[in-house]
Amino acid sequence: MTILAASNIGISFGGIKAIDGVSFAVDAGQILSIIGPNGAGKTTLFNVVSGLYEADQGRVELVGEDVTSLAPDMLAARGLSRTFQNLQIFQRMTAAENVMVGRHLRETCNLFADLFRLPSVTRQNRATREAALALLDGVGLRGSADQLAGSLPYGACKRLEIARALAAEPRVLLLDEPAAGCNAVETEEIDELVRRVAAKGIAVVLVEHDMKLVMKISDRILVLERGRPLTEGTPREVRDNPAVLEAYLGKHGAGEAARA
Amino acid sequence: MPAWFGHRSVTLIVLAAIVVVLPLLFPSSYYFRVASLVWVSAFAAIGLNILMGQAGQVSLGHAGFFGIGAYAVAIGPAHLGLPSWGALLIGAVISAASAWLVGRPILRLKGHYLAIATLGLGVLVALVITTESRWTGGPDGMSVAKLSLFGWRASGSSTWYWISGGVLVVGTWIALNLGETPTGRALRALHDSEVAARVAGIDVARFKLQAFVIAAVYASLAGSMLAMMNGFINPDQAGFLHSVELVTMVVLGGLGSVVGSIVGAAVLITLPQVLTVFQEYEHVLLGLIIIVSMIFMRDGIVPTASRWLARRVRV
Ligand SMILES: Nc1ncnc2c1ncn2[C@@H]1O[C@H](COP(=O)(O)OP(=O)(O)OP(=O)(O)O)[C@@H](O)[C@H]1O
Ligand SMILES: [Mg+2]
Repeated sequence: MTILAASNIGISFGGIKAIDGVSFAVDAGQILSIIGPNGAGKTTLFNVVSGLYEADQGRVELVGEDVTSLAPDMLAARGLSRTFQNLQIFQRMTAAENVMVGRHLRETCNLFADLFRLPSVTRQNRATREAALALLDGVGLRGSADQLAGSLPYGACKRLEIARALAAEPRVLLLDEPAAGCNAVETEEIDELVRRVAAKGIAVVLVEHDMKLVMKISDRILVLERGRPLTEGTPREVRDNPAVLEAYLGKHGAGEAARA
Repeated sequence: MPAWFGHRSVTLIVLAAIVVVLPLLFPSSYYFRVASLVWVSAFAAIGLNILMGQAGQVSLGHAGFFGIGAYAVAIGPAHLGLPSWGALLIGAVISAASAWLVGRPILRLKGHYLAIATLGLGVLVALVITTESRWTGGPDGMSVAKLSLFGWRASGSSTWYWISGGVLVVGTWIALNLGETPTGRALRALHDSEVAARVAGIDVARFKLQAFVIAAVYASLAGSMLAMMNGFINPDQAGFLHSVELVTMVVLGGLGSVVGSIVGAAVLITLPQVLTVFQEYEHVLLGLIIIVSMIFMRDGIVPTASRWLARRVRV
């Protein structure tokens, strides 16, 4: 079943088209990777799809419903979660609290009950914290639960963002370079984590520069170049496409690589 | 650091104990008055801290709400024949409603628009109070009827000490409650990263508005208390300088720290009393002390002190 479908997305900044005519669709349990050189428009595409930017053209559908230009919190309520390339953690909150915020939509939030700390609030807090701890366990951060997120190392923050995104129990998860700045071991952990997420039936859209990781775990790959779709296909098809190599290395570099 | 350190109920018990024990050290009723002033200001600062420390929004016109609360208990009984407690509630409702009306369109925008808008609101309230002299006594101010509840009349500095102290403990309890609830987490989250909060499903504008309204109600109640306690009110209480004073209490004590707001209020109220011995240098010294403490305790008195304590205890 198609969970997320974007068609013919276009957006420009100051007359320059950052994205132009990009479409993709991802099914439940599938991993779709979006790759492309720096500045290709991958993050911008995520920002459009998650409601942070309003597109000039195109349509976004979530589980068959038109959600184009819906606000991010409304999209989240419909099952879309994401992480950020440039970390967006809640620095002054503990790791556990970060994930608890991720469960916001799964909690009842009543100002009056919160101000007077009714017993229901305490009960719910306990349940939310339990859920958060389980999620932290899933990303290997159980031991850092009560540390301030701002004091965690970069790789841990990346995983914390994934745990927070998963806390909302999304139907589709957008990951923007989850393995950036991670060492080989951490990348391996991300690999396994993403597979586990997809195995649960969550549709995953992955933006990532680590080609080894992308080739290994993607069901399909969409290649962008300067805001336009270059090609789409299985990892094998994309790897064997000379145009892709050219986009990354330039004409000259592609020739060199082919000879090597 | 032991687990009970900084726990909500410990904070409350300590605060209540201080309120109860402090009068034993008071040599005269003047001390009751200063302490009551501290409790009332602390109450307003705690509310403002929910907006500034938790939600990360600045209100530069908060004394406007203070003024609404103060003049409500002045005008209500004097001109409309309302009981003081009824006027106090009406003042709180008016403050909440004006915060809602001003905040709703503004808090959808990013940036410092709230600071500017509240600045305008504060000036407006002060202006209305000064010019509508038929109702408010204008720049000279007006006298305020004593609070009476079920035939009992609240007067005298020790009575108001206990009332304001009790109200402060309740206000502290509520502010401490909020931190670790879905609402409190939403506020702190949007403070740290608005995009991440939105993507997590938080209706950022709604939560900012809630924080603003709560802060306005706190200020309004504080204004009512001060007016009834003094039996007199003038437009300065609603003025810009008082707004700045409230912001300073919050920042000096420590943004986001409930205890910090109380400490900030205590410092800002008592310091001028102490510094009066320096006569004409009083204000210069006050300013210097604030500047120096902000340089050396950038996060405010309480967060800096508790970090220092935490290091000490661990060693
Ligand atoms: N808010 C914005 N204002 C102006 N230009 C923008 C904005 N957001 C993105 N762009 C431009 O859009 C283009 C695509 O940027 P984007 O960040 O989406 O690339 P990317 O594929 O994510 O690159 P990277 O691999 O480096 O993360 C860039 O030229 C960028 O400067
Ligand atoms: Mg990017």
